[in-house]
Amino acid sequence: MSPTKAIAALGGWIIDSIHRLGALARLLVTIAAGSGAAVRRPGLVSQQVHFIGNYSLVIIAVSGLFVGFVLGLQGYYTLNRYGSEEALGLLVALSLTRELGPVVTALLFAGRAGTSLTAEIGLMKAGEQLAAMEVMAVDPVRRVLVPRFWGGAIAMPILAAVFSMVGIIGGWIVGVLLIGIDAGVFWSQMQGGVDIFKDVANGVIKSFIFGLAVTLIALFEGWNAKPTPEGVARATTRTVVSGALVVLGLDFLLTALMFSN
Amino acid sequence: MTREKTDFWVGLFVLLGIIALVFLALRAGNLSSFSFAPTYQVQAYFDNLGGLKVRAPVKSSGVVVGRVAGIGFDNQRYQAVVTLDLEKQYEFPSDSSASILTSGLLGEQYIGITPGGDDKMLAQDSTIQYTQSAVVLEELISKFLYSSADKEGTAKGGQPAPAPATP
Repeated sequence: MSPTKAIAALGGWIIDSIHRLGALARLLVTIAAGSGAAVRRPGLVSQQVHFIGNYSLVIIAVSGLFVGFVLGLQGYYTLNRYGSEEALGLLVALSLTRELGPVVTALLFAGRAGTSLTAEIGLMKAGEQLAAMEVMAVDPVRRVLVPRFWGGAIAMPILAAVFSMVGIIGGWIVGVLLIGIDAGVFWSQMQGGVDIFKDVANGVIKSFIFGLAVTLIALFEGWNAKPTPEGVARATTRTVVSGALVVLGLDFLLTALMFSN
Repeated sequence: MTREKTDFWVGLFVLLGIIALVFLALRAGNLSSFSFAPTYQVQAYFDNLGGLKVRAPVKSSGVVVGRVAGIGFDNQRYQAVVTLDLEKQYEFPSDSSASILTSGLLGEQYIGITPGGDDKMLAQDSTIQYTQSAVVLEELISKFLYSSADKEGTAKGGQPAPAPATP
């Protein structure tokens, strides 16, 4: 490839990225403007919370349990070197509430719920159901996108909280039941070190923002998918890839903002 | 699935989320140590606070009797001023002393109150007169080094320097 073409490709990629970012922001504004529909018809939102949240519960709970197990084992291995195994509860609880709970849940959420949202909307578009709605004077943004958006935004913090809780129980199973750390010390160290505003509440804020971001990306990809089987497949892949990248990038930004006084 | 059934499962899901949050706040977090008992404020001046933080516990005989409400610097006395939130149910004589202590070797710092013998009790906005500053490790080490160097200077004349007395 000649250098001119390489530079042109770079420029084209940047312009395309900015174009997509702008389209994403416009979709967000449209959804936010139509959000009154979610208040008028809460049944639609509740249906989506059921679809997005309840069906993701099993994978979230199982992953949380195993992440807790592994944190217990790995944390014990490290803390044991300094003779401070009692701090295991604190280590497990802090890493889960501050970091792993929101982030791992958001990654799983992008894979489990985000892809299904994208595929659903992409197929609706391919089957011209969205166009049919418009013909029937039903606004597809209000009827399809808004309930899904708020459903995801509500389900995500709940899933993250469940993940953290199950993870702490997993850490307790490994630390107290298997390794034999004193249960009282395990919990009291945890309670002494975990602050409910600095750690728990900020984790909830993080997971809410991740929920908004992942759901928005999933809806955007489905909304703008090419109405062909291949286009829907590509859009689904892009949901996972860009969803995961955005979550990790946002996580860095939010952590820098929240935890660095 | 019917509307009622969906609503039931969503309700259960949201309930589970609330349980998880309550668990994180009460079992893992420090909400249970938040006290809503009525309090009274008392001031104490310290030369050096060390690493004392706002919301650090105030203990007497190891029992938490209050929290540090605020930390400031008094530019008249050139001392740190600490406002203590003591619970109303605990009263201390007005000549009680406050000292900044550390739980464990590297643990958090807290304020320990040793009761005095006065008949009058500490009231709202009164000041604790007797205070003891935080022990700063660097100061302690330099004191130890200087005292052992002094001893080495006086113990000349062939005798081996006596082992430095541990405080």
